[in-house]
Amino acid sequence: MLQTFGYLPIGWLVIAPLAAAGFFAFYFGRQQIAALAVGPTLSARLNSQPNFHGYFLALATVLPASFVFLLYLFFADGYVRNSLISELPNYLTARGPEQVDFFVNRVADYARNAQAATGNLLFDASVERYSILNGTARLLGMLGALFAGAGGFWIGRRQLSRSFPARSYIELCIKAALFICAAIAILTTAGIVLSLVFETIRFFSLPDGPSVTEFLFGTDWNAQTGANFGAVPLFFGTLMIALLAMLVAVPVGLFSAIYLSEYSSPRFRAWVKPILELLAGIPTVVYGFFAATLIAPLVRNFAQWVNALPFTPDTLLAAQPTSALAAGLVMGVMIIPFISSLSDDVINAVPQPLRDGALAMGATKSEMIKQVILPAALPGIIAAILLAVSRAIGETMIVVMAAGGRALITLDPTSDITTVTYQIVALLTGDTAFDSARTVSAFALGFVLFGVTLLFNIIALRVVQRYREAYD
Amino acid sequence: MTEPGPSPEAFAERRLKRRHAAERRFKLYGQLAIGIAIGFLAILLFSIASKSVSAFSRHMLVLTIDQPDLSTRSDLAVTDLNLAVRDELVEAFPEIANDRTARIDLFGLTTRLAVLPLTKSAAEDPDLFQAPIEARFAVSDDLDLYLKNEFRTHRTVEVGRAGRLSDTRSGTFRVTDAGPDGFETFQRFVDDQSEPRTDILISLEGAWFELGAISGAALELEHLAGTLPPLGELGGAQIDAVVLPSVGENRKVSNRQIAYTMLLKQRGMIEKRFNQTLFTNSDSTYPELAGTAAALIGSLFTMLITALFAIPVGIFAAVYLEEFAKKSIITNIIEVNINNLAAVPSIIFGLLGAAVFLNTLGLPRSVPLVGGLVLGLLVLPTIIIASRAALQSVPPSVRDAALGLGASHSQAVFHHVLPLAAPGILTGAIIAMARALGETAPLLLIGMVAFISEVPRAPNDEATVLPVLIYKWFSGAERAWEPMTAAVIIILLTILVAMNLVAVLLRRRFERRL
Repeated sequence: MLQTFGYLPIGWLVIAPLAAAGFFAFYFGRQQIAALAVGPTLSARLNSQPNFHGYFLALATVLPASFVFLLYLFFADGYVRNSLISELPNYLTARGPEQVDFFVNRVADYARNAQAATGNLLFDASVERYSILNGTARLLGMLGALFAGAGGFWIGRRQLSRSFPARSYIELCIKAALFICAAIAILTTAGIVLSLVFETIRFFSLPDGPSVTEFLFGTDWNAQTGANFGAVPLFFGTLMIALLAMLVAVPVGLFSAIYLSEYSSPRFRAWVKPILELLAGIPTVVYGFFAATLIAPLVRNFAQWVNALPFTPDTLLAAQPTSALAAGLVMGVMIIPFISSLSDDVINAVPQPLRDGALAMGATKSEMIKQVILPAALPGIIAAILLAVSRAIGETMIVVMAAGGRALITLDPTSDITTVTYQIVALLTGDTAFDSARTVSAFALGFVLFGVTLLFNIIALRVVQRYREAYD
Repeated sequence: MTEPGPSPEAFAERRLKRRHAAERRFKLYGQLAIGIAIGFLAILLFSIASKSVSAFSRHMLVLTIDQPDLSTRSDLAVTDLNLAVRDELVEAFPEIANDRTARIDLFGLTTRLAVLPLTKSAAEDPDLFQAPIEARFAVSDDLDLYLKNEFRTHRTVEVGRAGRLSDTRSGTFRVTDAGPDGFETFQRFVDDQSEPRTDILISLEGAWFELGAISGAALELEHLAGTLPPLGELGGAQIDAVVLPSVGENRKVSNRQIAYTMLLKQRGMIEKRFNQTLFTNSDSTYPELAGTAAALIGSLFTMLITALFAIPVGIFAAVYLEEFAKKSIITNIIEVNINNLAAVPSIIFGLLGAAVFLNTLGLPRSVPLVGGLVLGLLVLPTIIIASRAALQSVPPSVRDAALGLGASHSQAVFHHVLPLAAPGILTGAIIAMARALGETAPLLLIGMVAFISEVPRAPNDEATVLPVLIYKWFSGAERAWEPMTAAVIIILLTILVAMNLVAVLLRRRFERRL
């Protein structure tokens, strides 16, 4: 009986009765308090509406039961496996934990699918034992949930009275639930930081991993095949492409913002601003395709044309089919709306009297912008550029598709070049075994990337905040 | 004494002119910047759209399969149907039944797996082959590209009248001119062809030849396809020449295959249709058979998980921060943290997914469940920020009125404030979903690049999503992948535009009410 029990879908077995118990408790609680509150004036004397008593009783029943069930979900599997392992014959456990794990996994798989006997006596006996243990654990879990639910119901019921502040308890529960939701953001950050830190430490302590200085200052990167983990070429490539992108995005974005906020008619602005923001809504993989299929060949042709000029050496430019310039150009286009909308905000935040004053002194509009508005908006614009740089550093798909994978340190923008994000994707795509230095090095790169972008973001957000306070 | 300088008025005027010129230049820079940005957008959309056009149609080989003995078989495999297709093709060109190299060229017009759709319908309907049926098979990707691009630039010229046809070696023939000038006009035409020399095919009485040389008032021909006319006097039959746009060695489609294609087109056995398999098929290693169905459903499942996780959690977090939280260190940390999280590169979330969901929690790779959760964490800050802005825009009087009438704090929020903020929250949520739909990098790290040839049925089946499919097809070696990739991009952009339109309409519609 325990065996068949082990195969039943546990989710429905628990959730359905739990929901039923919740509904029952709700109606029961409401009924009870309504019965207490009979009479013409009594209902006014209830501390909380009957519905809240119902909710309270339902929560008092369901929460403890769910808690026990969660405990079961977390610990039952480990318990079953450990008991099974402790019963296995010595010659099997002596083969090391990996072999044992493999064996137990196969047993669990067999038991779950209720497959036919294999003929191997030990294996079949293990399967049977596993099913029994599993069934026992399930039975215990369900009985525990039942008792917890019944206990919660019993205690909750005794609380119900006319003066019982059921509503306050419900409020508290809602607030707790909302807080948990808000805390998920913190948990995400913690998860990112912890996983990056742990894997990075592991990377540096691996036998074939590099030392920290080798990683940060080495100039030889060959993670795919060898064990050279000098990341300087990657940092160089990342910065070079980000710089190229900024060369496009900063002037274009800034001048667009100035024109839109100071020169254009409201109608023109109403049309053009959304169009510019369309650029930000295009998925990066689309930009990557555009960069690789249209811009990269153009860059290559241009480089070949330059090489063929009579006064240049024939090997002046690398003229590769994928190039830093192609990726940087397109990334710059992607970042334009980022800079233009942020700069637009800060330019609009400059108080009107400053403008009026400058114009009244006889300045032309461009002089007013150059000598009054831009200096006043400079901190905000720098913050926008910092945010854009952090965006460019972390951008992945454009460089994966258009920048190439060679770890080079070269100032030639038509050469292919690799970046931190490119290497992370290259190292982690496909089969990931978490024990090779090759895979784990991606986390060390991610750690650097996360640290640098976080630094930029914090500085930029600080500047924006302070700036906003100055003019508000 | 120094020379008298220009008068102060003239000086001032010059200065003013210079300043006005600077003003005009400055304004021009602004216009130029906007022009560059919009120009790039236009070029991007136009180049991708024009690349994608050819992928939405495809050439099909139309064959009538008349093989009743196939219906007696219960376990039809790809090979059986392939043999049937080859039988029908040989029937169309009976003259090559014994010519092995010609047969290989002919069978190369379609790929082996082109019969897969027919295999499927045969499995559903065992009586399919009782009567002759007309079936369509995708032609090979190279031939399809050739038909779409280069076939259009074929030039047909009249050569003259055929005199006497004789064979010189096996497969090589000579034909003399029935007219007076001994192909001299044609000779001049061939000589005028610009370098590099292109291949010329000759059609004579329904047979196709490749032009070898013109010598001694006769054409030296190599037979390619079609039934040979009888040797001897042809009595002035029409000779036509087709000038191909390229040389045989430079393309994937051989001259003989082009000859077959032209014969098949004449007989109406190759036709161009809308490429519906782009939407109904799943991924394939052959571009002509690949489709987006699995990726579309995979994207749907992933978005479902993302929405189920990120939207409620995001709204509740915003409600807590905006309506319940008192100013404290903890809420301050949460706020700063959310703002920073919104700017963390998306690939970092992929690393988080790989380390926590796959490695620590042991969830399976390549499934929409994990992908949806990772994307959910990615867009959570966006949803929280948008929801907070929407909640802030609800006038405090609504809150105060509800509290004044005796509502509890949560009643005031959930019954009165939240419904009024709903349009703004929904708009933010849709925009966040659109962002998640276009995200690629984090999904690469959790293994959603696996080759998926079947439509996923549940969020824990292996799947891929549209942006990842774009990346994968982009990496494909065959040239035919490029238009296919562009087509997927157009599909993805269409969905994104639709989502953003919904968001804009929602905002317009509810803006008036508040």
